[in-house]
Amino acid sequence: MGFLGLGVLSWITFLPMVGMLIVLLLPKDNKNAIRWTSAIVTGLQLVLAVFIYMNFNRGMAGINTQEGFQFIEKATWIDIKSAAWFGRVHIDYFMGIDGLSVLMVILTAIISFIAVFASWGIEKSVKGYFALLLLLVTGMMGVFVSLDFFLFYVFWEVMLLPMYFLIGVWGGPRREYAAIKFFLYTLFGSVLMLLAMIALYFSVSVADPATGEKIHTFNMLAMMNPANFDAGSLLAGMHTWWRYLAFIALFIGFAIKVPIFPFHTWLPDAHVEAPTAISVILAGVLLKMGTYGILRISFPIFPDATSYYQVPLAILGFINIVYGALCAMAQEDFKKLIAYSSVSHMGIVILGMAALNTQGITGAVMQMFNHGTITAMLFLIVGVIYDRTHTRGLNDFGGLMNQMPKYAGIMTIAFFAALGLPGLSGFISEAFSFLGAFQVPQIRVITIVSTVGIVLTAAYMLWTLQRVFLGTLPEKWKELTDINGRELFTLVPLAIIVIFLGIYPSPAIDLMTSAVNTLVDVVNKGGGMAMIGQ
Amino acid sequence: MSQDLLIRTAIAVLILPLLSFLALIFFGKRLSRGGDWLGTSILFVCLALSAVVMVQKLTVIEQAIVLSFRWIDFGAVPVLGSLQVYLGITIDNLSAIMLVVVCLVSSLVHLFSIGYMKGDIRYSRYFAYLGVFTFSMLVIVLTNNFFTMYVGWELVGLSSYLLIGHWYEKKSAADASKKAFVVNRVGDIGMFTGIMILYATFRTFGFAEIFGSMAAGQIPLGSEAWLTAAGILIFCGAIGKSAQFPLHVWLPDAMEGPTPVSALIHAATMVAAGVYLVARTFPMMTADALVVIAYIGAITAFISATIAIAQNDIKKVLAYSTISQLGYMIMGLGVGAYTAGFFHLVTHAMFKAGLFLGSGSVIHAMHHALHHQHDHTTDPQDIRNMGGLRGKMPITFLAFLVYTLAISGVPFTSGFLSKDSILAGTLAFGDLTGHWLIPIVGFFVAGLTAFYMFRLVILTFFGEHVEHHRYEHIHESPKVMTIPLIVFAILSFFIFYSFNPIDASEGWFTHAIERPVSVVPASVQAATNEVFEAAHHHAHMPAMVLSLLVAGTGILLAFATYQWKKISADAWAARFSGVYNFLLNKWYFDELYDAVVIGGTLAFTRFLRWFDNTIVDGIVNGTASWTKAVVFGYSDHAKEKRLSAAAFLFVGTIVSLLVAYWIGQWFWGRGEVTSAIVMALVSFALTLYFFWSGAGGFDRNVVDGLVNGVGYFSSFFGILFQKLQTGRVQTYIAFVIFGVMVLFYMFR
Repeated sequence: MGFLGLGVLSWITFLPMVGMLIVLLLPKDNKNAIRWTSAIVTGLQLVLAVFIYMNFNRGMAGINTQEGFQFIEKATWIDIKSAAWFGRVHIDYFMGIDGLSVLMVILTAIISFIAVFASWGIEKSVKGYFALLLLLVTGMMGVFVSLDFFLFYVFWEVMLLPMYFLIGVWGGPRREYAAIKFFLYTLFGSVLMLLAMIALYFSVSVADPATGEKIHTFNMLAMMNPANFDAGSLLAGMHTWWRYLAFIALFIGFAIKVPIFPFHTWLPDAHVEAPTAISVILAGVLLKMGTYGILRISFPIFPDATSYYQVPLAILGFINIVYGALCAMAQEDFKKLIAYSSVSHMGIVILGMAALNTQGITGAVMQMFNHGTITAMLFLIVGVIYDRTHTRGLNDFGGLMNQMPKYAGIMTIAFFAALGLPGLSGFISEAFSFLGAFQVPQIRVITIVSTVGIVLTAAYMLWTLQRVFLGTLPEKWKELTDINGRELFTLVPLAIIVIFLGIYPSPAIDLMTSAVNTLVDVVNKGGGMAMIGQ
Repeated sequence: MSQDLLIRTAIAVLILPLLSFLALIFFGKRLSRGGDWLGTSILFVCLALSAVVMVQKLTVIEQAIVLSFRWIDFGAVPVLGSLQVYLGITIDNLSAIMLVVVCLVSSLVHLFSIGYMKGDIRYSRYFAYLGVFTFSMLVIVLTNNFFTMYVGWELVGLSSYLLIGHWYEKKSAADASKKAFVVNRVGDIGMFTGIMILYATFRTFGFAEIFGSMAAGQIPLGSEAWLTAAGILIFCGAIGKSAQFPLHVWLPDAMEGPTPVSALIHAATMVAAGVYLVARTFPMMTADALVVIAYIGAITAFISATIAIAQNDIKKVLAYSTISQLGYMIMGLGVGAYTAGFFHLVTHAMFKAGLFLGSGSVIHAMHHALHHQHDHTTDPQDIRNMGGLRGKMPITFLAFLVYTLAISGVPFTSGFLSKDSILAGTLAFGDLTGHWLIPIVGFFVAGLTAFYMFRLVILTFFGEHVEHHRYEHIHESPKVMTIPLIVFAILSFFIFYSFNPIDASEGWFTHAIERPVSVVPASVQAATNEVFEAAHHHAHMPAMVLSLLVAGTGILLAFATYQWKKISADAWAARFSGVYNFLLNKWYFDELYDAVVIGGTLAFTRFLRWFDNTIVDGIVNGTASWTKAVVFGYSDHAKEKRLSAAAFLFVGTIVSLLVAYWIGQWFWGRGEVTSAIVMALVSFALTLYFFWSGAGGFDRNVVDGLVNGVGYFSSFFGILFQKLQTGRVQTYIAFVIFGVMVLFYMFR
């Protein structure tokens, strides 16, 4: 299934980078060529994602065995025979996907494609913008397909830099503050992640298939096997304090991305300042990298710590849900409100994950995908109105329903999806996250109190809808035009996905069941706990 | 007709309104007359098909028909094995009858709306929303599981939201729609929690499967308390949707929607969904849960009936009347009078839909008369502005009178049969359990109902119209509006439900709707069907006599007060102004909720916004600015943030003290007292200086100072030695002596 010696995953990851190089070669005044190049490249990426969806084997489990992964590419990347006191350094270029990542790959492709069209109106140094955007896409995609921790880390960091510039250069009035805040926050998390990664590296060793020599490895799958931990090494054994500590370090690294309270304050600032398309990517894909990292790396490598921290994890989920919703309710800036709603909705992912059972984790992964599509819609919607009015003050609007009927129709779908209306995709994932979490006696009460978020979300979403669309139209917006073709093109596909998965979620759920069941098995067996609440 | 065909017919009934919605929302404006004919005719087709389904089910097919399909497959789940989610529909007597009720009311409301909504700015969208409502309601009716029940539950909430807010330019309408949705959601999370309890144990949403497992002895989470909790939590959904105390506040506001919508959604069908839900889940209700249900119903019936007396808006009176009647149904189910509770749902659907459409006809006429006079200040819904309409609107009047007789429980009406049966049930319940408050409230509210309904009729239709000129312009509504009124009036007579005008127990309805057998453990069961049936039968006659008595009293009082003016309502209101204002202001529920719940939540959100910006983000930004302060020093930081700088200096002082203490301690430990003091002082000064001038300043002045100092020192000595090496021997000698003395001192 390769082309030019590279597999599908390499192509889907590096196509945008190829696109970036082409964009860099194009004359900077030829803005349309730059835009169309980006569109074609991300379009091809989307085609590859569809190809992956069609050819994905639903029966293969993945998670902790290489045999369970699909579209695998594995090659030696760095091999230093003897590096001073380091010993031999061997790092693989190791990619593959399973049920956990396939939805994220598809989501990334969809959101990236849409983000390009949402960026069409950017006029300030178009060349730089699209080059960075494409680099960002490569970074994101790479994170979701890497199976080698080192490679994962590299992509994780690659993503950081373009994001910094995209906010810092093309953002709003306080863009520099927001960009540096985002950068420092994430870097702080990266450092902790790096520490945990190195600790794992020196604790795990596997036999080199060629020579039989025991060498340290960054292979995630190797890290998931307790037998690979060297006796006496830092992270050997189970339920040790070092392992708990490493879990926390890793967790903070991911939690900042999600973002989990109290590491969330970069998010509202970044969103408010970022241009629309970047907000779409940020909320649509970037946040999921955090929860994906927890599921892909933290859970199966540290099943003991995962079980140990199950209750605190659920409490964090609860805080995110309720705290985010309450903060959202207090906002008067449209975009900030949506940003806080993301905090609240990602809380549902955390709660579902904390269930550590099939329904909960299925709900969580679904919620990652659904939040990606729904919140992307919400940010596009804010973008549409901001482009026209250059304000995001919720109290500046009113009565737009009559002025912009098509826009209002789309927005109604997005808002009701966000507040978890049955028939739209958000409901399914919320429901199963809650249903899964409720089955675990230790976090049952937390789950019950978290349902308050359902009411709060309805309240602030409908209040927002009312403030923007209902009532009477202020005189100054009498000239507003309804949503145009390009904007519809970005929104309608997302709306279709949201409605389709709301009615019939199986196409998405079937992709992940094998992987989720295996993950649950790994965590529960490794956690050394009785299978509670299954 | 085969079962297969029957279920296909039911699916057609379910899907057709959805198609109506899709057609009208996308193409409504392009169709002639906004597509009203399409929506309406689709609904009449649904009505015909549903009638076929009901007749077939009641006459031919004994057992319930189920169609289910696998919706989600979780695969081979660890420990549990394979896990799937099945959804589906069921046709039993309950759903078959409800199907017809919904289609009947909906189709007639469609018809009525053609006249009532004529010329509306969003005419076709209105019909589209009626379609989506009907679809959602049918989802609730036909579902065989809790999951799709919840789906339909929320979808009717959506349709209700859209239709209440149909005239969203008015702030009050937009507010009311939001309130309806959010208040309903409060009930919904209770219902959802109940569903979670059931799912956690049974791993299925199906009614039949769950009840089957319960009957086999499995109870939720292994305890009877959870079983009761599950029942009450599921009932919370009904509290929201059926506007029961304490979540009843949204329904009166929902009257902001067009009046036919009030008839369809907020009187006949959606609000009755709560009753339907309790009927569906009746087998799993424990005795305790049923007592809670009965009391909630009774409290609701009482509160809203008292409020209805004092209201002057024709729709508000009907709204509180609806809440009160819903309370009756809930109370009926709670006491165990299952058949009676559901029976009242059906009869009430007919006469209450009629009452609302009748009020719509009145408002329509008033509106046109006022419009004709260019009067935009008079409220067309205030009954104090009406009177004497009987002469101008005979059909509306007669129909309205029939409905009022029915709701008041006058013999030969359908309401008499169902209400009487509920009241007999409450008496039986009092007899069996000693909860006598329930029947007392039941009869008292029956009297109140008769009173306020006749007050409404008299003030609207009897006497003289308040303004002669306006009266001239009042006309009877067109046929599309009066035909539904006539149909509902006919359906308010006993004959359609039982051939015996005073006892429904031999009628087809009672035979079709039998109280299901409880599936909860015997120890927590309410009175069994046989015991209750006997008590119910026994209570029938006393209940009938009593109810006739209270209804008659209520009607007489209404005539005495408003028709014959023997009693002055104003005088009574003045005499008990406290009570009157309390009732007029609806027991101040809205004020209470506004102040406590909404005010409290909003205040809390503002606090959290402050907390998030100042504390959480303050820590983040503080880390940054303190890092900056460490680099550039206190003085630089103090230019920007004095408070933060002061705190910084304070922390710096403490750190300096600690450093001084540790260093002093170290020397002290070696017994060097002088060094300890000197070093402590020096280190304190240096550390504090570090915080004062920042790393930059410290580096420049101290570290670099030392380096420069050493350089300076060495150059000083260099010069000194240069000077010394001038050959002056005496100076050498002096230095040597000095050196020796120093050495001697050191090694003494």
